[in-house]
Amino acid sequence: MTATSYSLAELMICVAATAFEHDGEVLATGIGVIPRLGASLAMSTTNPDLMMTDSEAYLLSEPNPIGTRSDDFVQRNETWMGFSRIFDNVWSRKRHAMIGPTQIDRFGQSNISALGSDYNQPKIQMLGVRGLPGNSISHANSFFVPNHSTRVFVEGECDVVCSIGFNPERMPKGYNNDDIDIRLVITDICVMDWQGPNNTLRLVSVHPGVSVDEVIEKTGFAVHIEANTPTTAAPTTEQLALIATFDPHNLRAKQLKDNPPGIRPVAS
Amino acid sequence: MNKLKTASQIVAQLQDGMTIGIGGWGPRRKPMALIREILRSDLKDLTIVSYGGADVGMLCAAGKVKKVIFAFVSLDFIPLEPFFRKAREQGQIDVMEIDEGMLLLGLRAAAWGCPYIPTQVGLGTDVIINNPDLKVIDSPYDDKEWVAMPALKLDAALVHVDRADERGVCRIAAPDHHMDDWFVRAASSAYVTCDELVTSEHFVPAEVSRQVFWERSLTTAVCHIPGGAHPSSCAPFYGIDNSHFLAYNKYAKDGGFTAYSEQFINGKTEQEYQAMFGGIDAIRQIPHTSY
Repeated sequence: MTATSYSLAELMICVAATAFEHDGEVLATGIGVIPRLGASLAMSTTNPDLMMTDSEAYLLSEPNPIGTRSDDFVQRNETWMGFSRIFDNVWSRKRHAMIGPTQIDRFGQSNISALGSDYNQPKIQMLGVRGLPGNSISHANSFFVPNHSTRVFVEGECDVVCSIGFNPERMPKGYNNDDIDIRLVITDICVMDWQGPNNTLRLVSVHPGVSVDEVIEKTGFAVHIEANTPTTAAPTTEQLALIATFDPHNLRAKQLKDNPPGIRPVAS
Repeated sequence: MNKLKTASQIVAQLQDGMTIGIGGWGPRRKPMALIREILRSDLKDLTIVSYGGADVGMLCAAGKVKKVIFAFVSLDFIPLEPFFRKAREQGQIDVMEIDEGMLLLGLRAAAWGCPYIPTQVGLGTDVIINNPDLKVIDSPYDDKEWVAMPALKLDAALVHVDRADERGVCRIAAPDHHMDDWFVRAASSAYVTCDELVTSEHFVPAEVSRQVFWERSLTTAVCHIPGGAHPSSCAPFYGIDNSHFLAYNKYAKDGGFTAYSEQFINGKTEQEYQAMFGGIDAIRQIPHTSY
């Protein structure tokens, strides 16, 4: 049954789950509460073949609820999956990661490393490239953006290009766009993918109460818009109940500023 | 062979300009007592290879570092390591920033005696732009180009394990031994600190010897320092000291590393350091993180 009341975070979790729906038997890695709950929801509903880890060192047959668990909780281990083995999995291509980059550009390249024009003395040093170079050339990747803005969707190229995208100038010898698998971009105002002409960013749906113009305005480069953009489907009450079991401490309520409702109130 | 040494004896084996690999991952199982001993020494111009946490931040802040070879430096729940961030933003250090998996391949190449390992990782990204020494090569077997990830040969590896015997048999019972085995194999010398010193009898049960990830011939020296990973974690004994990392993070904004060092490291023994947190018994009460 379609829910009539839900938070924006819950809407985004349900969209995140759709990203993993047709993946088959791959490792779903959702970095952050909303992507992880999306993967958990997909594994428990639309794609039971998914694999997830305990975010530490074991592969699980059932997703762990997030955060502190009762002392008698037994996680459903099925194999050891320490970090060295994660790379064996990455390079086997059987993985779909969903992460939240600080910058995304028109080529689908992303940045979590550093901000500023001088690499030797960045304005803001962030995490480093982490595993993005390897993820982006090895397996499917989706992006999660909690604050859709021109600061994230930058006009130029990312300050540090951490992940390969559809940039012809950077395409390695022997590769083409079909070798790069960038899936959904899930933001706080819309859902997009990279299926516009020549793998450009395309609007898939807008969240309830959001206009197409707002998406255009908050994106630093052209978004491909098709006629009659649909509204993002609302969660079902069954989905909301499952999300609550995977997030018993309600961490999802702390992921977006002021935990806004999924249906944006009409401005008075 | 008895390989027991003190932390200062181990640090005396290290020299200016060395390339040193540090085991663990972010805020987990870092050989912090050895890092503190390096901070008390005159060592300088080090090249550090690490899945970095406060080990990298502290060494950078203390001016010990010429270059960092890294994929990330992070305290996890505090995403940005404050002192590494400062060192980078002030342009104080050289870097070789590569993918996490490339770092693993570099260690493996060194361990296996290969000059490089070909990989597609890094292609199309700034990793190959910002590291001009990193070569992209043709393959004799296909028409694609490949990144030739060079061997990361280490002069020394520093790792912390939960148990070791005096011959250098090391057990990591934590859920993940991270890349510690590869750091050890990539290094000319490997120095291990352990939370518990055990007799060789300890390793007899198969499920225990299964948690030994390298042969003792690779262990150069062993130092018994209970709590030696603090403030990082050492499962199964203690978790990450989040409250100490929050305090450490505050020093970056107020007081700087000199003040931190005066409070916790300079002129302090490891016992005096631990006493500030209630001693080893209190450290062993630090809960493990639930992810």
